[in-house]
Amino acid sequence: MILLRLFLVFFKVGAFTFGGGYAMLPLIREEVLAHGWLDEEQLIDFIAVSESTPGPFAVNVATYVGSEVGGVFGALCATLGVILPSFLVILIAAKCYVRFRQSKLVSGVMAGLRPAVVGLIGAAALPVAAAVFFPAGLSFSVFTDVSFYVSLGIFVLSLVLVFRKVHPILVICLSAAIGVLAGFLL
Amino acid sequence: MKKSGKLAALFTVFLKIGAFTFGGGYAMIPLIRREVAEKRDWLRDDDLLDIVAIAESTPGPIAINAATFVGYRMCGFAGALSATLGVVLPSFFILLAVSALLREFAEVRAVVYAFRGIRAGVLALIVRALWTMYRACPKNAAAYLVMGAAFLCAGPLSFSVLPVLLGCALFGLIYTLIREKGGTK
Repeated sequence: MILLRLFLVFFKVGAFTFGGGYAMLPLIREEVLAHGWLDEEQLIDFIAVSESTPGPFAVNVATYVGSEVGGVFGALCATLGVILPSFLVILIAAKCYVRFRQSKLVSGVMAGLRPAVVGLIGAAALPVAAAVFFPAGLSFSVFTDVSFYVSLGIFVLSLVLVFRKVHPILVICLSAAIGVLAGFLL
Repeated sequence: MKKSGKLAALFTVFLKIGAFTFGGGYAMIPLIRREVAEKRDWLRDDDLLDIVAIAESTPGPIAINAATFVGYRMCGFAGALSATLGVVLPSFFILLAVSALLREFAEVRAVVYAFRGIRAGVLALIVRALWTMYRACPKNAAAYLVMGAAFLCAGPLSFSVLPVLLGCALFGLIYTLIREKGGTK
């Protein structure tokens, strides 16, 4: 029952990620890799696709993975799964939201979750970095490989640009252009 | 305005927001404010102040949380449904099309090279997101402890994400309750 599994996995992602956007990356990465729905490189490619298409990351990734694995109905089940938890929780929170905002339970849980997400994204960034710089595994031979230096150059340039608040879509386009140039010239 | 008119308006406003914001939830908040509080007086500005706080402290994508919240405050359950559907539909159809396109062109050499370059750029975006979230975090010993523990458990120790999240939530709760008790003495 691939449709049911898609629904349940993305329901879990929707129910247990706080903060949206990249905060969802660690759990999405774990689930998608564990089920063999995407590999590390496909996931990174997809982050770029999601940044360059409108809409929230979680909905984009659910639709994309769902359609890759189970066609249109797969996309439907995964997307429904990822939005249902927020929808239900907000219905409750909106009804009694003054009490919700002052609740010690909520603020206490958030005091633990906020720094946890930082640590988790840090941990998820490591295998992404490994896939970018050492696509064939860690060994000394990569340091003689020109594509390693191309990746390093793109990474440093992109880092400078994003911290100067250049729009992510521009950064992605530029990285793509350098990648194509380097691929054909070197 | 009649209720059905209001529902249709909610749907179209959030459809527009879903179709034209790149980068997800946080990018949507100013747009929601403009459409809902400035251009139309559906909600007052101080009603909207809480959206970010509520969306951040409830699970799920910020965009969905914000849409459901605004829709519910305006027209109850039907409003929540219209707004959420509106904000999701554009992504859904665009991504269906994109995934078909990607399958078609995945083998083209230029596309392979382009993605090789893009991956390095994406790593920079992740580092940037990490930095933004780090800056928004409270800076105290307990927060650093949780940060380090979560990193260690999920990284080198390769625990799965869910137990780490639950453990950190529990720690935050106990820590906050103990500190508050100490403060009231």
